[in-house]
Amino acid sequence: MTGKLDKFCLVAAVFALLSLVFPLSGVHIETGKNVAFVADLPGLASAMVACVVVGVIFTWYGVTSVVRASILLLIVVFGAWQAVAALYHGGLAGYASYGFWMFILSLWALVWRAIDVIANYHTLENGKQQTANLIVPVAFGIWLLFLWEVTTAGCGVPQVLLPPPSMIGVRFVNSTGILWDDFRQTFLKAVIAGYVLGCGGGLIVAIAVDRVPFLKRGLLPLGNMVSALPIIGVAPIMVMWFGFDWQSKAAVIVIMTFFPMLVNTVSGLNAAGRLERDLMATYASGYWSTLFRLRLPAALPFIFNALKINSTLALIGAIVAEFFGTPIVGMGFRISTEVGRMNLDMVWAEIALAALAGTAFYGAVALAERKVTSWHPSFRVRRH
Amino acid sequence: MTLKAVVNNVAPMTASKDVVVDIQKMSLTFQTADGPVYALSEVDLTISRGEFVSFIGPSGCGKTTLLRVIADLERATGGDILVNGVPAQQAREQRAYGYVFQAPALLPWRTIESNVTLPLEIMEISREERIKRGHDALKLVELNGFEKKFPWQLSGGMQQRASIARALSFDADLLLMDEPFGALDEIVRDHLNEQLLKLWARTNKTVAFVTHSIPEAVFLSSKIVVMSPRPGRIIDIIETDFARDRTLDVRETPEFLEVAHRVREGLRAGHSYDD
Ligand SMILES: Nc1ncnc2c1ncn2[C@@H]1O[C@H](COP(=O)(O)OP(=O)(O)O)[C@@H](O)[C@H]1O
Ligand SMILES: [Mg+2]
Repeated sequence: MTGKLDKFCLVAAVFALLSLVFPLSGVHIETGKNVAFVADLPGLASAMVACVVVGVIFTWYGVTSVVRASILLLIVVFGAWQAVAALYHGGLAGYASYGFWMFILSLWALVWRAIDVIANYHTLENGKQQTANLIVPVAFGIWLLFLWEVTTAGCGVPQVLLPPPSMIGVRFVNSTGILWDDFRQTFLKAVIAGYVLGCGGGLIVAIAVDRVPFLKRGLLPLGNMVSALPIIGVAPIMVMWFGFDWQSKAAVIVIMTFFPMLVNTVSGLNAAGRLERDLMATYASGYWSTLFRLRLPAALPFIFNALKINSTLALIGAIVAEFFGTPIVGMGFRISTEVGRMNLDMVWAEIALAALAGTAFYGAVALAERKVTSWHPSFRVRRH
Repeated sequence: MTLKAVVNNVAPMTASKDVVVDIQKMSLTFQTADGPVYALSEVDLTISRGEFVSFIGPSGCGKTTLLRVIADLERATGGDILVNGVPAQQAREQRAYGYVFQAPALLPWRTIESNVTLPLEIMEISREERIKRGHDALKLVELNGFEKKFPWQLSGGMQQRASIARALSFDADLLLMDEPFGALDEIVRDHLNEQLLKLWARTNKTVAFVTHSIPEAVFLSSKIVVMSPRPGRIIDIIETDFARDRTLDVRETPEFLEVAHRVREGLRAGHSYDD
């Protein structure tokens, strides 16, 4: 044991103890019934007792190892499961009261402490370290979803304001057909085409700008102006020019992504040092040879920076642009129409899809960056 | 009479064939915001084939600038400079020299092997030939086995050796080296000096070598050029005649100490160490 008491576990134990005493649900005004105590919900009661016991033990002995932190996480998982079960099967949904919330606070203290311990875990074994690095964000994300679920369900938040994640999940699974069509229209057509054209164009123009000094002075200020244009002004004009289908969305994305790539590549092309340029000069290396062998590789970190920024911009651009006219398919189209029909769960399912697609897209670019620029100091220190 | 004319015409040509670097009345002034910097003034120097010439002088005296002028990385503002009998720019375009910078300047995204074969790649030499020559060059600097490593996986001394291998890879007859071992500790430095000397003795290359270490200059050179600062000019040229296959032991001999003494006197006469 350590000299100090573990405060988080102490808090968890105290709240779990209180939750055993306080009412778990409020009074149903009309029927006067529905006041539940632990005695009515044996599953939840056992979880509360577990929290008290574990909280007390670890208050005394401390959460000194990852194994102990994992035990905490297991208890929290059990508690969370019982809490959700009590909400939906024990009749607490919409009427949860002090006791229930105190139990949630107790779980919160435990999960906080466990994640803290795992986040500070350092080992030389690669596999273990990677698992630990993975557990932290995953546990954190799941905990946030759980909080969202119990708050919306427990307080009976109206679904138009905020549906619980489980409901969004059900809607998502039941609408995969529609979601896939929307994804194909918005992401596979508009985003990919616009992203490739915008980034590719920015890269090529940057190389030209670098070669011709007057272009640099003329184009870069213009670029700043164009990137300051509001997308909601540009999108309707692009619909006029390129029609309702994905081409107009791709055009909006080209406008949004072109200049970040241009500006980044122009600075990247100047990243190669004087020494390296002199080195190439001693081999009488020509313009293109120096470009491909020295300047573009040296510019790669800058180029990837733009690729990452643009991956987020492209998806936002496509979705917003679809608000201004589209065939009857697409993520932006779906969001705007389902909002009008108060089908907020469908809206949220589309948002979830956008989040997934955006994260995957960004992740893929970041992974490629890691592979291609593994020589860069910001990556290689980790492998040492 | 005709015969004599022919001999007269041929004589200067054969003479210039053995002159690798020919500098006459060369000056260089940098125009800076704070006014002109007179880096080099009235430099006269010839380097013959097979010589090992060291340039020594206090920092800021224009050693690097002189080497860069020979390499056509800097343009003289006055005077003439011929390398292999042609203007410096033409010599650079003919890839007449290998240049070793003060820092290794290896490209971090290339392996040691592809760094060393970079000049060959630029010269569009076939892949098999590149690999073979890269291998040979790495062997010369005792770096074989490190082909697939990346620069940051090697120590500073090994990186500098790789950069020497790179300069050797395309087998130019002239090597220009700017304090290549300046950043290394003395033991590594001694070792590399010995290796460099062996290489020079074996290949009959011409070497121009910048240093600010007196023992290094005396040990390596067949000719020592002592320079004074501001504006940089040559104040003494000392020829040595140590055996080509000398070892580090030569540094204990009276002849060595005598030459070192003369270099030191020259540097002192230049009122160099005023910092
Ligand atoms: N590009 C440049 N612009 C202006 N001044 C320079 C430049 N390069 C070198 N100098 C100046 O020329 C002088 C000689 O420099 P350098 O040849 O590097 O000396 P060394 O190699 O002997 O230490 C120094 O005073 C330096 O400040
Ligand atoms: Mg220097």
